[in-house]
Amino acid sequence: MSLIHVTAEVNGDRTEFLCDAEETLLDALRDRLGLTGAKEGCASGDCGACSVVLDGRLVCACLVLAAEAEGRAVETIEGMADGDGLHPLQRKFLELGALQCGVCTPGFLVAAKALLEENPEPSESEVRYWLAGNLCRCTGYDKIIRAVMETAADMRGA
Amino acid sequence: MDLELTRRTVFDKVGTRPVRPDGTDKVTGRALYGADLTRPDMLVGRVLRSPHAHARILSIDVSKAEALEGVKAVVTRDDFPDLSAEQTVKGEDEENLRDVSRNVMARDKALYEGHAIAAVAATSAPVARRALALIDVAFEVLPHVIDVDEAMKPGAPVLHEDMFTAGLDPAPTEPSNVAEYLKIGMGDVDAGFAEADIVVERDFRTEAAHQGYIEPHACVASVSSDGLAELWCCTQGHYSVRSMCAAILGMDLSSLRVTSSEIGGGFGGKTTVFLEPVALALSRKSGRPVKMTMSRSEVFRGSGPTSSTSMSVRMGATRDGRITACEASFRYQGGAFAGSPVSYGAVCGMAPYECPNVVLHCYDVVVNRPKAAAYRAPGAPMAAFAIESVLDEIAGRLDLDPIELRLRNAVREGGSSVYGPTFGPIGFVECLEAARSHPGQAAKLAAHQARGVAAGFWPNYGGQTSVSVNVNPDGTVLVSLGTPDIGGSRASMCLMAAEELGIAYGRVKAVIADTSALAHNDTTGGSRVTHSAGLATIEASRRVIETMKERAARLWDVDVEAVVWEDGAVRPSGANAGGHEPLGFDELAALAPSTGGPIAGHAEINAEGAGASFAVHVADLEVDPETGRVTILRYLAVQDAGKAIHPDYVEGQYQGGAVQGIGWALNEEYIYGEDGVLQNPGFLDYRIPVASDLPMIDTVIVEVPNPGHPYGVRGVGETPIVPPLAAVANAVSRAVGRRMTDIPMSPPRILEAIDGAS
Repeated sequence: MSLIHVTAEVNGDRTEFLCDAEETLLDALRDRLGLTGAKEGCASGDCGACSVVLDGRLVCACLVLAAEAEGRAVETIEGMADGDGLHPLQRKFLELGALQCGVCTPGFLVAAKALLEENPEPSESEVRYWLAGNLCRCTGYDKIIRAVMETAADMRGA
Repeated sequence: MDLELTRRTVFDKVGTRPVRPDGTDKVTGRALYGADLTRPDMLVGRVLRSPHAHARILSIDVSKAEALEGVKAVVTRDDFPDLSAEQTVKGEDEENLRDVSRNVMARDKALYEGHAIAAVAATSAPVARRALALIDVAFEVLPHVIDVDEAMKPGAPVLHEDMFTAGLDPAPTEPSNVAEYLKIGMGDVDAGFAEADIVVERDFRTEAAHQGYIEPHACVASVSSDGLAELWCCTQGHYSVRSMCAAILGMDLSSLRVTSSEIGGGFGGKTTVFLEPVALALSRKSGRPVKMTMSRSEVFRGSGPTSSTSMSVRMGATRDGRITACEASFRYQGGAFAGSPVSYGAVCGMAPYECPNVVLHCYDVVVNRPKAAAYRAPGAPMAAFAIESVLDEIAGRLDLDPIELRLRNAVREGGSSVYGPTFGPIGFVECLEAARSHPGQAAKLAAHQARGVAAGFWPNYGGQTSVSVNVNPDGTVLVSLGTPDIGGSRASMCLMAAEELGIAYGRVKAVIADTSALAHNDTTGGSRVTHSAGLATIEASRRVIETMKERAARLWDVDVEAVVWEDGAVRPSGANAGGHEPLGFDELAALAPSTGGPIAGHAEINAEGAGASFAVHVADLEVDPETGRVTILRYLAVQDAGKAIHPDYVEGQYQGGAVQGIGWALNEEYIYGEDGVLQNPGFLDYRIPVASDLPMIDTVIVEVPNPGHPYGVRGVGETPIVPPLAAVANAVSRAVGRRMTDIPMSPPRILEAIDGAS
């Protein structure tokens, strides 16, 4: 079977790649485009480590077919910082030590950014439920939740 | 001068919370984990796994798979030498290489569903998957056994015909599934029970939990035709990966260079090998680099969970709350191979208490499940669940506060327990008192709400460690470590080096070097890194200072005794040493070419003096009597860190360990069907805690310095998972009015308890 040609906007850049019909967006990002910031933790949409934003909507890249990205905009962790200027969430995660092994961190950051764009003043419960699709096994979530809450407050104050 | 142990009590940098040196790469997605490396011409490796829990492998026909276009290599048991039982790899635990090898690739029998039978390397993942389907395996399916108590019964299906229980007198003449019986004890339990005013006796069970690291196992292997090999993998110990792979494949150690990638969680589960020897064998056979990754289902079915257990505890106490005797049996299954952490766990369970009369009967049992791997404080959370539950019941019967009961029996400095050694300075009493005086104790509890308390202990480990501290010409410093950083240890090493060298934290960076760069390092495990690699970093930094003093002495043409290191500079020791201006760290670094060449400090040590860490956890929770669902309202983790080098990452260990324990207590379990097949090999059905399940996790860092470390450090990684099973169970028991004896306390079990109580 021949490969499918896909043209998409990835982190603001027009990007072309070839993929198998059965290939996921996660596979294409990682294996075709070398964007390995999104991780495969489960391949079933349960862990959120592959969180990306597709046309403004937070999705698990493992649940989207690569071919579905045709003509659409994909935002990944690699596009979150502005050059060498980290996003406030990235800075706050570092400042509060809101990561240990760090493998879930890209997914949490992408998901948290999507939350703050939709709801700039979330309650602790709202943060916890929004991030319930992102698994972390190291931190017990405490510092992650604090980092998101504090970033939201900082961004409102800015 | 004893460079290693000169104590320091006043700190400039240690105890602060700077950003970790590997942090930016981790928040930008740049950090490379096991599955993130690509090599030119790389193949994809996949494993064929047994669909049966127990089956003899009569034949394996790979001819059709080999003939498929795009398949470059197929390996089976025939590609791995049959190792003798005597070959071992030493670390914190001794790994039997024969068992490791047979776990990596089945030989005569498949011993559990998910056991590797064969593997292929192909040009793409779809081709590899198709090739697996073309491998023809003839199985003779055998009866299986999953439950630890069933496996111990006469007539149970026997996994290993050559397993005769060790430690029994007389030695058994029939094989069984009990690998070893071990009796550990002290004093006279009969006399102890005679002294007791009350005796509590209970049976307990816990189900197997998986470490649940978010990153599945992954590696890239590349073997050249001259036999030199490179391996990239996510592991807690690349030196032990090298030892195990070399032994399993018959290579010498200098031919195999192992690089540890960033590691996406391990918790003990990445201290052994699974894919690595297979990837090397596939690369050797195909002549091309091979990447292998496990799916989440393979992680659950094929990599190490912890033991499930069955336990019985009988404990006696006087009216005033003094424990007089404890006799207990612990039956732990270690999966399909010997080596469950039963005896260590049992001892740790009773270690916090100065009970004079103790007998612990320990049974190491095999069943048709994946080979158990270490999981954070291996064996201790289960034993602590049983012991701490009985203590809670004794406190209830005596109408004593549970913290007060523990204070009356707690080991203190100069005391000892069944663990053995007389304790030096330890912080158990301080933890109990900190828990008692925490503001959370004043929180009022409503109907269906209750508070549970439990303690935990882990002895911690030292071990072989090799560190280099290299001074750059610009005065910056690179620390090379051989202990993979699983939770922020590079930041701690930078803090300790900066403290010793008197330079800014930002001037020090740390890297995890590959196996070609440093001498042997034991695995990141046993909560040993901040202690042992810290000791070595401090010693190596102190060697740098000694060298700098020699360089200044040479420059000034005075004896080295005539110079001192003070405030980050070398100075003349007094008026007689001459009127030289002090030379700072940066100046001496820049002068290195003209004073004797590059400056570096090394330490190659076998670290001793690991300090035990005690913890006390308090869980406040609510049980919904309609659904049986438990909501954690508040949670407090108090633990002795000796000295917290980077408090954020100490708190993170307390919080993460507590939450893993909460998951194990309430949700997590391996569920098997009648056919011996795992029913829930995914995160949807094996549910680890998510953010919305939890409150903030309060922490208190107690600091009773460990005299075995110059800063007083105690390992903190493992102890936090020891108390939560019991803390949660004690709270649920109080909330429902009935003793909870089975973990996990899932809603059906809790509803059953409520029905039984009413």
